[in-house]
Amino acid sequence: MITAAAQERETYLNASYGIKSWLLTKDHKRIGLLYLATVTLFFFIGGAFATMIRIELLTPQGNFVSSETYNKLFTMHGVAMIFFFLIPSIPATLGNFFLPMMIGARDLAFPKINLLSWYLLVIGGLFALFAMLAGGVDTGWTFYTPFSTTYSNTWVIATAVGIFIAGFSSILTGLNFIVTTHTMRAPGMTWFRLPLFVWSNYATALIQVLGTPVLAVTIVLLFCERFFHIGIFDPALGGDPVLFQHLFWFYSHPAVYIMVLPAMGVISELVSVFARKQPFGYGFIAFSSLAIAVLGFLVWGHHLFVSTQSVYAGLVFSFLSYFVAIPSAIKVFNWTATLYKGSISFATPMLYAFGFIGLFTIGGLTGLFVASLGIDVHVTDTYFVVAHFHYIMVGGTIMAYLGGLHYWWPKMTGRMYPEGWAKLSALVIFLGFNLTFFPQFILGYLGMPRRYHVYPDEFQILHVLSTAGASVLAVGYVIPMIYFIWSLRYGQMAPANPWGATGLEWKTASPPPAHNFDELPVVTHEAYDYSTVMEEVIQVG
Amino acid sequence: MSEHVDSIKTYAAVWLVLLGLTALTTAVAYVDLGPFSVVVALVIAFVKMLLVALFFMHIRHSTRLTRLVVVGGLLWLGILLALTLADVFTRHW
Amino acid sequence: MASETHVATLALREQFDTAEQQKNASTLGMWVFLVTEVMFFGGMFLLYTVYRHLYPAVFGLASSSLNALIGAVNTAVLLCSSFTMVLAVRAAQLGQRKAIIVFLILTLILGFAFLGVKAYEWNEKFEEHHVPGASFHFEGMAPELQRNAQLFFSLYFAMTGLHALHMVVGVGILSVLIFQTYKGKFSAEYMTPVDIAGLYWHFVDIIWIFLFPLLYLIDRHLPK
Repeated sequence: MITAAAQERETYLNASYGIKSWLLTKDHKRIGLLYLATVTLFFFIGGAFATMIRIELLTPQGNFVSSETYNKLFTMHGVAMIFFFLIPSIPATLGNFFLPMMIGARDLAFPKINLLSWYLLVIGGLFALFAMLAGGVDTGWTFYTPFSTTYSNTWVIATAVGIFIAGFSSILTGLNFIVTTHTMRAPGMTWFRLPLFVWSNYATALIQVLGTPVLAVTIVLLFCERFFHIGIFDPALGGDPVLFQHLFWFYSHPAVYIMVLPAMGVISELVSVFARKQPFGYGFIAFSSLAIAVLGFLVWGHHLFVSTQSVYAGLVFSFLSYFVAIPSAIKVFNWTATLYKGSISFATPMLYAFGFIGLFTIGGLTGLFVASLGIDVHVTDTYFVVAHFHYIMVGGTIMAYLGGLHYWWPKMTGRMYPEGWAKLSALVIFLGFNLTFFPQFILGYLGMPRRYHVYPDEFQILHVLSTAGASVLAVGYVIPMIYFIWSLRYGQMAPANPWGATGLEWKTASPPPAHNFDELPVVTHEAYDYSTVMEEVIQVG
Repeated sequence: MSEHVDSIKTYAAVWLVLLGLTALTTAVAYVDLGPFSVVVALVIAFVKMLLVALFFMHIRHSTRLTRLVVVGGLLWLGILLALTLADVFTRHW
Repeated sequence: MASETHVATLALREQFDTAEQQKNASTLGMWVFLVTEVMFFGGMFLLYTVYRHLYPAVFGLASSSLNALIGAVNTAVLLCSSFTMVLAVRAAQLGQRKAIIVFLILTLILGFAFLGVKAYEWNEKFEEHHVPGASFHFEGMAPELQRNAQLFFSLYFAMTGLHALHMVVGVGILSVLIFQTYKGKFSAEYMTPVDIAGLYWHFVDIIWIFLFPLLYLIDRHLPK
């Protein structure tokens, strides 16, 4: 299908050579790949900590690591996974690569700021990495005061500085996406012709811009208190440590929507393409992304139910937390309705989409359990909560991320991945994931606290199941690493539109030229108009 | 440039009002208004902010999108304050 | 006119199709950035609100140790700098290169004046031992209230410090702009950097507009 001449065609990958052409690139596609490398590294670092946690939890006694070390393990697992993998993952890799193409632009509005964003993530990551190697940090990724400001003897400031810097990476990416979406859409690309992936990245960008600065100032205050010994959250000075929690969670709750909204955007794309059907309720899906972004800022107090926050505030936050589930549910209904009477293909990306829909639903429903004040008093700080958020972050976001990587891999690299191995690893991941995390719901409900490495004997069987699952899950994650790299050299050459998808990114070559489009597109079709793609396929055929 | 160019007189008038309000807020602080001291101070500050925003930052002539962005920012600060204070103010009920 | 178009054309970045698109993007970008700044400072305004609510008397006492007149004068200095800044932007809109430079330099001088006064005030606080930490001591205040007073001064230094940091950045930006104007980079058709720098400068002024009454003017009517 692809001639030798086409292989010598100029793409963004061979337009220039040398390390400087990558490290000083302004091309959003190359920056997307730089991010891909960085977040993958941190995924495996976070995974290494997870492995050690699960090994320790095989036995009820604390015999693999000391308590102090265990505190460091779960802290660094959280820090690496949240700030240096999940938050940047989909927006900075797939979003960076495809948002400009999907709207018909040559690049983002501010390419140099885009590159700066990547450097900020790397520099922040180096600070965090230094802290990890120099002895670790043990405060929990939540850095609650006064332990983090006064009592912890670990590398709190180095880690906090790393997160602060990475925060600005996130803010600048969000700013870039917002401005780009508003000002750089191609002629005819109205808001309601945008792919749903763009809508969800736009909503995510709003959260990044509005929430992350509060985390930044909180870290500044944490730094001041720890370094200059000026007490802002210090009870000895009349300060209130719960205020730290308010400021921290004002960002960190919306942060979970930064982590899941782009994933939902991927799923909207996958479900449509692989059911070969327009997304059911496009407008509802688009607006639900905005609704999640807005409502997500109104619920943070549900992390403070047992913190001495007033009961009345708790009631308000609990009530609002139920509301935020509604737009997510709307999406799940709409994806399901899209599948109905669709022409379903079980390609690997679709398998990940199915996995997402099921596991995100479970994670989301258990979110309602913990949103209930009464239940949360019982299950807060137990493995129930741990299972809840891992169902969403891993069962949801990471599955969507893998689905998106597989879906867009041909476009990014010009190569197909091996479908057989891909399907196998999707299955292994699904099974491994459920074996790892479902027992944790039970553990939590029975009373197993989180962040403990010593536990009563009767919990051991569930922990052993969970660790077994983690081993399977780890294998499932390693296999794609191998075949993705393999495919770069040996994978089948990919056509411009291997999936028969709509969307401007499929109208350009695989991989795309450096300037995305040979001619600036003029959009005349509605989004997800599969009739037009059928015509193209027939003509070529 | 299709942009609206304001006159120096307009800017000077706004500038003088701002200086006047600064003097006012300082002077009023020395008057016993009880719990309203804070309210008056904040209202004056708000008016000064509006003047700077509308005239110096040209929000008067800006697009709807710009205004939406500004309102959004202030609203979000409001959310942070309102819901946190909902906790702090009701703790001893 | 031809040279102004040339200036504008040189400034058009390759990701944009038209100068207007670039200008809209830059302006929106600056406004979005200012929103992030609102949230950044906002965290500290929240803490201020809570602690003032919890310790009103101590905050009033602590506030009275600041010099309200100096604070008011400094506020006026900053407002004057906003005036000169907007005149610089206006001059840029009209393509008046020399006027831009004059007004930017005036803004710069006023900015420096503000920072100078700030440095003097901070030094006074250091000398009076009003800096939070081990050596904090507020003369004439009951011992049990000293610790709450430290909260006021923590916020005072954190908020005015963060503000001053933004002023320093602003001064840096102004310096760059003065140089670029001198080099002929701007024209009536292309003056976006001056425009958005103005937005930044005014924003930093607005922060101070709130800091002044909140920090300097608490309970001034009470006898000392």
